[in-house]
Amino acid sequence: MALDRSDVEHLAHLARIGLKEAEIPAYADKLSSIMGLIDRMQAVDTSGVQPLAHPLETTQRLRADVVTEDNQRDALQAIAPATEQGLYLVPRVIE
Amino acid sequence: MQWEIVIGLEIHAQLTTASKIFSGSATTFGAEPNTQASLVDLAMPGTLPVLNAQAVKNAVKFGLAIDAEIGMTNVFARKNYFYPDLPKGYQISQMDLPIVGKGHVDITLDDGTVKRVGVTRAHLEEDAGKSLHEDFQGMSGIDLNRAGTPLLEIVSEPDMRSAKEAVAYARTIHSLVRYLGICDGNMAEGSFRCDCNVSVRPKGQTEFGTRCELKNINSFRFIERAINTEVQRQIELIEDGGTVVQETRLYDPNKDETRSMRSKEEANDYRYFPDPDLLPVVIEPSFVEQVRSELPELPQQKRERFQSEFGLSAYDASVLSASREMADYFEQVQRTCGDAKLAANWVMGELSSLLNKSDIEIDQSPVSAEQLGGMILRIKDNTISGKIAKMVFEAMANGEGDADQIIEARGLKQVTDTGAIEAMLDEVLAANAAQVEQYRASDEAKRGKMFGFFVGQAMKASRGKANPQQVNQLLKQKLDG
Amino acid sequence: MHEKTLAELSAALHSKAISSVELTEHYLARIQQLDGTLNSFITVTQELALEQARAADARLADGSAGPLTGIPLAHKDLFCTRGVRTSCGSKMLDNFVAPYESTVTQRFIDAGAVTLGKTNMDEFAMGSSNESSFYGPVRNPWNQELIPGGSSGGSAAAVAARLCAAATGTDTGGSIRQPSGFTGLTGLKPTYGRVSRWGMIAYASSLDQAGPMARTAEDCALLLQAMAGFDERDSTSVEHPVPDYSAELNQPLQGLRVGLPKEYFGEGLDAGIANTIDQAVKQLQALGAEIREVSLPNAELAIPAYYVIASAEASSNLSRFDGVRYGYRCENPTDLMDLYLRSREEGFGAEVKRRIMVGTYALSAGYYDAYYLQAQKIRRLIKNDFLAAFEQVDVILSPTSPIPAFRIGEKIDDPVSLYLTDIYTITANLAGVPGVALPAGFADDLPVGMQLLGPYFSEPRLLNVAHQYQQATDWHTRAPL
Repeated sequence: MALDRSDVEHLAHLARIGLKEAEIPAYADKLSSIMGLIDRMQAVDTSGVQPLAHPLETTQRLRADVVTEDNQRDALQAIAPATEQGLYLVPRVIE
Repeated sequence: MQWEIVIGLEIHAQLTTASKIFSGSATTFGAEPNTQASLVDLAMPGTLPVLNAQAVKNAVKFGLAIDAEIGMTNVFARKNYFYPDLPKGYQISQMDLPIVGKGHVDITLDDGTVKRVGVTRAHLEEDAGKSLHEDFQGMSGIDLNRAGTPLLEIVSEPDMRSAKEAVAYARTIHSLVRYLGICDGNMAEGSFRCDCNVSVRPKGQTEFGTRCELKNINSFRFIERAINTEVQRQIELIEDGGTVVQETRLYDPNKDETRSMRSKEEANDYRYFPDPDLLPVVIEPSFVEQVRSELPELPQQKRERFQSEFGLSAYDASVLSASREMADYFEQVQRTCGDAKLAANWVMGELSSLLNKSDIEIDQSPVSAEQLGGMILRIKDNTISGKIAKMVFEAMANGEGDADQIIEARGLKQVTDTGAIEAMLDEVLAANAAQVEQYRASDEAKRGKMFGFFVGQAMKASRGKANPQQVNQLLKQKLDG
Repeated sequence: MHEKTLAELSAALHSKAISSVELTEHYLARIQQLDGTLNSFITVTQELALEQARAADARLADGSAGPLTGIPLAHKDLFCTRGVRTSCGSKMLDNFVAPYESTVTQRFIDAGAVTLGKTNMDEFAMGSSNESSFYGPVRNPWNQELIPGGSSGGSAAAVAARLCAAATGTDTGGSIRQPSGFTGLTGLKPTYGRVSRWGMIAYASSLDQAGPMARTAEDCALLLQAMAGFDERDSTSVEHPVPDYSAELNQPLQGLRVGLPKEYFGEGLDAGIANTIDQAVKQLQALGAEIREVSLPNAELAIPAYYVIASAEASSNLSRFDGVRYGYRCENPTDLMDLYLRSREEGFGAEVKRRIMVGTYALSAGYYDAYYLQAQKIRRLIKNDFLAAFEQVDVILSPTSPIPAFRIGEKIDDPVSLYLTDIYTITANLAGVPGVALPAGFADDLPVGMQLLGPYFSEPRLLNVAHQYQQATDWHTRAPL
């Protein structure tokens, strides 16, 4: 499946990755060749095959409902780019 | 044109667990910002989710209560979108295989009719944090305390046909989750949130109209108003030749209008896929049976029992079972006084109007169920009349003590001594000789009307304390001779 | 003293022939001397190492030491290490000082091992050549013009150049085995779920597995003993008991059934590598193994399926890097969208961006079934191939790579040709089976790696075969410098 400029722009936007105008053709080119490799698997008939999400196919273990974490705010916010009054700051969120 | 309204609800109920759905952080409401946001909640690189057993149990409880299929193998999936209150850039939710499948609830409408509403599914997911829009030099502040709080998202079928039905459904689910003890139902704190999908179609048309989603409405009153406002908007739009656009809208209670929300992810391509950090949740049949055996009596069962055991009307039974607190209160009053009908009348009458007036919930009632039951006992043993009881009740509400203390302190004990009542009646008849003459000259029909006058005079003379039955009986004897 | 294996160093420490501080200082000096050109370390934790070495010497003195106490190790820079930068080879995390310790590194701390530093790697473990690191390419100690393999290329180069006794790596599509092959090491990818992923920055959650990279199978057994085991913080970690990995090392190979997958010995395999592997097979025969041909009919589908699954999971796993709570944030974002777009544009390198976009594509509306689901079905077919093959043989033998280590920069503009070099290693990750890589000889003066794959939890058997081979050969003793 070949990807064109608009596909690349759409994917980059969905993934929130900024792209320079000049880089787009190279991305389109490389992504197309990767998709070309991937499309080799389209030739296989997998009807009736159950998808495998986890190799061992075990089941989820449950945790007891117990509070085990205490307040680590100061330590955890020491590595944050921008905080104030205990809040993480981001450019204004418009609802 | 005649329009038909079609409404479906998505309710987010925060589950009352001590810790979050995938981490060991506390879920207490109102903590200082980000003091309940641990490594996992902050999506620190390398952290992993582990599922809370209580969240699973709560969801199964709900599923059993709405007679739903339980997802014996259910799977968590990632819903991918970017938002600052969503630390991982995806929400862990359930998509193809939810923990609760198809079920239903019965709702009672104002006219007493019962309607069955389908529940499409209910699934577990994690709540997001909160964006605070106070101005930090043009920035928003993010508090992730709520991130990871367990939610049960309950999705209804589009079965409601009016705002009132939608409210009745929401109240029924609200009552149910509180009965089950799986959600505190606090709408002001956001523990119980409703999104309403609303559309209209010409009456008789089978296919649905285009729907709009009204987000996060935080009271039952607003559900009704928001839906009616939105319905009005859609009808006017269509009648003016426009078309409804599928979108998310926000209800503004101050302006009583809905307005389009700028979409979080314009394309809405959430790229769901099974979360590889979590394995399929397999629920054993024995677990389901254990949960079933622990279920409390549910509103519907309670309603039926109130009718069969106490002989209450369908309406009374449904009012008294609307909340677990109300039902518990009623049953305590009934146990204390041994008279279900009187208990029902007092709880639905004087007590309810007292609570309404003071705008408080029944679990904060100034008159305890034992006090009310104790007072009803005094009505039954003729210590006080129903009329005097209202005074006693008011005094109890003012904190003046139990019924017996108040009756004693205020001298409200009913007079039942026949001699004393007769003497009092003789005085009353003597003071109203003309009326007595008139009465005796009248025919049976007229006499009936006049009799009430003498009763009123007699009760007044006794300051309400004479036993009304005795007054009636003795008066009749004296007047009719 | 750096020529000694880990097991020999352990004996020397226990016999007090050397102290941990002496050994640590020796390795630190070698790093200082040699790593300027190799570039195998991103961060050297000199003070921490010496402090740990002193503590280790105390344990060695008081008798509480284990086999790893005082052994200087290096950790791939995606294991979170409290208080130490954990970069994942990315500008995105260049400033990220981990606030917690990964389970793997904590287990080594508990065992008394010494941390010399954090090793270079392909950015977010995405690569097979260690050229995508923000910190520049790592050089192969055997020929500094060549790549060391990836993504655990820093760990491979550091151990091969004797800058540490051993190192940790992670393997998502061959990232332990392929660089071990290119640098003459023994490296083990355990069964999926055998080693906890808590604190290991995720690339592809259902494929990632940590393991040891060392000089010998005997060393790998000692390291795996510390790493393996259930961890309640990782839902995908298995509760299977941990065996004594050293116990079976000396079992003879008589009757061992070794399978050669016919699909792995065809077109595209370098002739020198083919010859070397042929000799290794003969050696195993001489040790008593029976050689059989087996078939993995869907092996050629592994690369496309892997790049769908790994990229899809990665696209979601890497959404948390948004410039809000930690890591890189662009200068002066104008609005929220600008914050996301530029932080991620500037913080991620080209290969990471490509894989995120491929994964986004594979999960997006309309493509999910054709890509993600199809890949998961192929994953099932590949697992079934292994299950069938392990009915007939005990281990499956192949080269680790179809080509020898190539020149830095040679494949940088052709991601697909690089992806194709993962052909022999990727199937084990998709199926979750364990695999060991070990030196099998040389072709054109470069080490050739041999891979042995086994059934789930067959690590003791794989280590046994590798150890017996190493008892009969001396390839693993050759040093590059």
